[in-house]
Amino acid sequence: MPRVLWTHLMKDLRIEWRSKEAINSMLFFALLVVVLFSLAFDPRGPFSQSIAGGVLSVATMFASVSALNQAWAREIRHQVMDAQRMAPTPGAELFLAKVLANFLFVTIVQVILAPVFLVMYNLRVVGQAWLLAVVLPLGTWALVANGTFFAALSIRSRNRELLLPLILFPIFVPALLAMVNATGGILTGESDPGMWIKLLTGYDIIFTTVSLLLFDTVFNAE
Amino acid sequence: MKKLATGFYAAIVVALMVWGFYQAIYVAPDESTMHEVQRIFYYHVPNAIVCFAFFAVSLLGSIGYLAFRRSNPEWAQRADAWALAGAEVGVVFCTVVLITGPLWGRRAWGIWWTWDARLTTTLVLWLIYASYLLLRRFAAGPQMQTLAAVLGIFGALDVPIVYMSNRWWRTQHPAPVFGGDADSGIKDPAMLAAFGWNVLAWFAWGVLILLLRYQVERKHQKNAALEAREALESHV
Repeated sequence: MPRVLWTHLMKDLRIEWRSKEAINSMLFFALLVVVLFSLAFDPRGPFSQSIAGGVLSVATMFASVSALNQAWAREIRHQVMDAQRMAPTPGAELFLAKVLANFLFVTIVQVILAPVFLVMYNLRVVGQAWLLAVVLPLGTWALVANGTFFAALSIRSRNRELLLPLILFPIFVPALLAMVNATGGILTGESDPGMWIKLLTGYDIIFTTVSLLLFDTVFNAE
Repeated sequence: MKKLATGFYAAIVVALMVWGFYQAIYVAPDESTMHEVQRIFYYHVPNAIVCFAFFAVSLLGSIGYLAFRRSNPEWAQRADAWALAGAEVGVVFCTVVLITGPLWGRRAWGIWWTWDARLTTTLVLWLIYASYLLLRRFAAGPQMQTLAAVLGIFGALDVPIVYMSNRWWRTQHPAPVFGGDADSGIKDPAMLAAFGWNVLAWFAWGVLILLLRYQVERKHQKNAALEAREALESHV
């Protein structure tokens, strides 16, 4: 692993380890979404099986926006971002480090949330449960890679915290659809999630590549 | 001279629109299964074609801006004006498509809306370009132009993926009228003529609005540049 990427990653992880801001706020937010949805829809029986995938994906999506907004806001204080712009290292490594750090945070939140979720929605995995370990990371990566990129983009605007969900969610639609259908297919065992996993993989590859290529343009936009 | 040309072109556009309306409502024969409601097709499809064409203009503008922003600022500004004009006028046409579609669907399918491939793609396309326009409002200056260009490219990349994902999901929209299977294509020449005239009329109308919007944006850019220069000079 390149040294610069490692340095950035360790810095982000250390900050999170000391403050636990992102994980705590995300966890609580996601929990709230899960509780609110279960109050609003009163999920029971097969109905809860069919909506669970969607609720989990949407909860992750809403929760991660709060953390992603903070990811770059932290760098603005004390002009850290300007310093990074002047540093003679490729922006792509900084971007990748941020994505990896946030990916880890969101994954931790999902791992903690999953049991709560299974209990509250009385879920029983009918399909192949191990596939969830493929689908959720792929979906999370799609969310976090795009989210980190658009957070860097929206941080340059006036209403930075408002703008991120507004530009992230429309772009995220196909990945959300794939994630919801794949988790739904696994939970109910009624449909084959294979095609959706392929779509998610393709989405991840395309958007991560484009983000890496265009990150310097956004980061240095003046 | 420019004004005269614009006025002349506008007159042609109005004549075309009137002719297209006449063709669609009075000349084209009644469709055998859907009857009168099918006539909305003469507005729905041309608007969709124009909307996709203008989003393509916007994408080319975005790429052009990123390509020329260092080497040729003048060209970059032009490209940015095209990107904005294409997105804005495209969103208007896309709105027309999204309104005329459900009007037809209610009669033909019995439902206003369904989450079908083409419907969802068009809606997501609308959402993406609406967010693009929002970004342009929220940020300012050359920085905004770069950010908007990047978002424009991301949005365009997303469209084929949305389409594929929805096609696998479910499809209810009628199969493509042109270039579909052997049975596709409009058979009745009067219908084809009405359709062709309306595509031409709406395209000409769209180009007129696009050109006007482009010129307004260019004036806007020039004013902004002038003001910036004056502000600089006043401090000396």
